[in-house]
Amino acid sequence: MQSLNARYLLCPLPVIRVQDRVKLMQQGEVLEVVCTDPGTVHDIPAWCRINGHRVIESKYVDEEYTFTLEVGSRFADEP
Amino acid sequence: MPVKPKAVALISGGLDSMLAARVVQQQGVHVEGINFFTGFCVEGHTHAIRKRDQARPKRNNALWVAEQLGIKLHIIDIIEEYKKVVINPKHGYGANLNPCLDCKIFMVGKAREWIAENDFDFIVTGEVIGQRPMSQRKDTMPVVARESGAEDRLLRPLCAKNLPPTLPEREGWVQRDQLFDFSGRSRKPQMALAEQFGFEDYAQPAGGCCFLTDRNYSAKLQDLWQARGTRDYELDDIMLLKVGRHIRPRPNFKMIIAREEGETRFLQGYRKSFIHMHPVSHRGPLVLIDGTPDADDLLLAARLTARYSQGRDAERVEVSVVRNGVSESLSVAPISSQEMPDEWHI
Repeated sequence: MQSLNARYLLCPLPVIRVQDRVKLMQQGEVLEVVCTDPGTVHDIPAWCRINGHRVIESKYVDEEYTFTLEVGSRFADEP
Repeated sequence: MPVKPKAVALISGGLDSMLAARVVQQQGVHVEGINFFTGFCVEGHTHAIRKRDQARPKRNNALWVAEQLGIKLHIIDIIEEYKKVVINPKHGYGANLNPCLDCKIFMVGKAREWIAENDFDFIVTGEVIGQRPMSQRKDTMPVVARESGAEDRLLRPLCAKNLPPTLPEREGWVQRDQLFDFSGRSRKPQMALAEQFGFEDYAQPAGGCCFLTDRNYSAKLQDLWQARGTRDYELDDIMLLKVGRHIRPRPNFKMIIAREEGETRFLQGYRKSFIHMHPVSHRGPLVLIDGTPDADDLLLAARLTARYSQGRDAERVEVSVVRNGVSESLSVAPISSQEMPDEWHI
């Protein structure tokens, strides 16, 4: 599992950091990302849904939001 | 089976780009979205920082729009490259430090690079002739297409019938008769089309989606450039301009004073990079000092900090000052309103 520290970044920067990391990963790999911006609660799952990735787990502990993502296929819906 | 044409739509999170993307989608084109992060985007930041805004929705509207449309969204960090647009716009500024025409040219230009790299056919924007006084006029539409390099690969579905046919129309990738002829500042045609598409919920930012259109924000940026003697900025600079009360008592330093708990928490993240102070004998704000203050300046800053504390009517207030990790305590009289000219407020 890979990990990404997106603490103290305001949206959309956490999403951009996730997007850039996922580009370097393979389908089926797992990424754990830790954020502090409450906006990530909506934005990271939304980004995953529209780009074909899966949020396996999300939790909120000590004012930190942790998301565990599984990378999907980036070519799934292209013509 | 014929190859499906592919378009990238500039998605701001507002209604127009949402409609434009859907119009093209409905003609069988594969559409993906692109959204640029300049650092000046209004969306989310003040909500995320200020405690009083915590109840407001914090969704990113561009992501939300992409989800409604069922398209992928690529969010691109252009903070560094965008500096040249803000600092030296070829076509000048609008009412404030908003370089809207240069911004549009830059973003369409970035989209042009993106379609070349990703083998897409054309670019879609939600522009409407006459919608915006600087960047969306009949005479600036060709300027955007030409100077961005997009030329006739740039399609504006909402006002295409008012413009010469573009490549996607000539190639038959989209049917011109299914495009629109919107013009002017009225939002009624867009709202009617939204209803037709079944879009009931969409963002309607009152003052646009960019801090550079804001008079107060622009004044703070102008002040930053003037004080530093150079027209430049880092991301932290422009983030801090969104937070707190900014006061410049002397040319060599300014104070950023937290106005509430959320701002205090946000400014706490910058304590290592700045001289900072807060009242200890009374409740009061965290204050960052930006610049090169001497001992006398810090005394003045402490008196101002005391003014914004609950000890503003007290004879003396103890203020803790931390500089290079070393803390000292100053006992000061809060500054009075007579001693504080309006011009100090940025």
